[in-house]
Amino acid sequence: MSGHDHDHHHDDHHHHHDDDHSELSETELRVRALETVLTEKGYVDPAALDALIETYETKVGPRNGARVIAKAWADPAYRTRLLADATPAIAELGYAGRQGEHIVAVENTAQQHNMVVCTLCSCYPWSVLGLPPVWYKAAPYRSRAVIDPRGVLRDFGFELPADTNIRVWDSTAEIRYLVVPQRPAGTEGWSEDQLADLVTRDSMIGTGFARSPAEPRR
Amino acid sequence: MNGAHDMGGVDGFGPVIPEPNEPVFHGDWERRVLAMTLAMARPGGWNIDMSRFAREDRSPADYLSKTYYQIWLVGLERLMQERGLVMPDEVEAGRMLHPPKPGVSVLASGDVAGMLRRGAPTEREATSKPLFAVGDRVRARNIHPQGHIRLPRYVRGHVGVVELLHGAHVFADSNARGTGENPQQLYTVRFTGPELWGERADPRTAISVDAWESYLERAS
Repeated sequence: MSGHDHDHHHDDHHHHHDDDHSELSETELRVRALETVLTEKGYVDPAALDALIETYETKVGPRNGARVIAKAWADPAYRTRLLADATPAIAELGYAGRQGEHIVAVENTAQQHNMVVCTLCSCYPWSVLGLPPVWYKAAPYRSRAVIDPRGVLRDFGFELPADTNIRVWDSTAEIRYLVVPQRPAGTEGWSEDQLADLVTRDSMIGTGFARSPAEPRR
Repeated sequence: MNGAHDMGGVDGFGPVIPEPNEPVFHGDWERRVLAMTLAMARPGGWNIDMSRFAREDRSPADYLSKTYYQIWLVGLERLMQERGLVMPDEVEAGRMLHPPKPGVSVLASGDVAGMLRRGAPTEREATSKPLFAVGDRVRARNIHPQGHIRLPRYVRGHVGVVELLHGAHVFADSNARGTGENPQQLYTVRFTGPELWGERADPRTAISVDAWESYLERAS
């Protein structure tokens, strides 16, 4: 290991005039310093940084995935295409690109529940789910999803029937996995828009189920 | 490398704590780190595997003491330092102390949408036929290279079954070292819970990893 550790703090630097010398404020100062240097050196276009942030904060998120799932529920031919080769099927709805280049859709049934994890880092299908939540990137989920997926589901407040098989997909290469949750009962004849409203982010990771029509928004 | 990032099956981290109505970012600095990391890949010329290695190649204590975007930040600083783009004294000073590296290409705001839309597909034309077929029994090799590897420790030495073939994909290990894409056949290999975790496993669980061909050997 080369140990390029830039984490040390010089005592003669970053003077604060109170006791609020938190790790977070150190980090904030460092990030600000770095952005200043990158801008001064002409390596970044500040408008490009803003465009990147705006994209992931307001445009690309789990609403995309919810539309894919709702269509798969409502349109049997689309479901078949999605399960056979998800990347082009998802591109039909306009979702493609970074961290969604190669997607496999895995369908939950009464017999099998699927759960997606990245034990090595934080691989996640950005094009359909946006950026991953903190818990997905954090040690408790990454460590336990592969050894105790049923217990992880309990952390989310869900109990899976004892006779349901659990399949965990560890995203160790550039394939990204999208869970197709089971369609809630009592939604016969619903439109895709109505159905999409029931598809939660967690249901597409496999750490939850789609909302039932009677259940309030979580 | 056998680093702290390879977390599958490690005990003691406690329960998963979901955050209701979680915002995309927790603080403006996280926004800036994400954006700088995505934007600097073009002038920096590194690939995603180099980025991952820059984040994970650190002491376990260091890795585990940082939040996700703090790891991204130190990873980015390291990649830039290695290429002479930004030196540590400049980050400490908060201003440019050395001339910019000449000839770097900058991501313009008008290119952002196109760059994200193109992504970075890793599938390549195969130069060899797959050694394994769906249903074949394979053993994850017991390998422990000190460089980048995407075969988690918890499957090494264990026997699974090939479930999906994905074609030839850029080989992360060599791509991270800068020694070329060297595409290899990529497989989804499924292991039973008891094969990986013995008596502790729920027998109704199965776990898969995506493994390049050189990570695998035929099992009887």
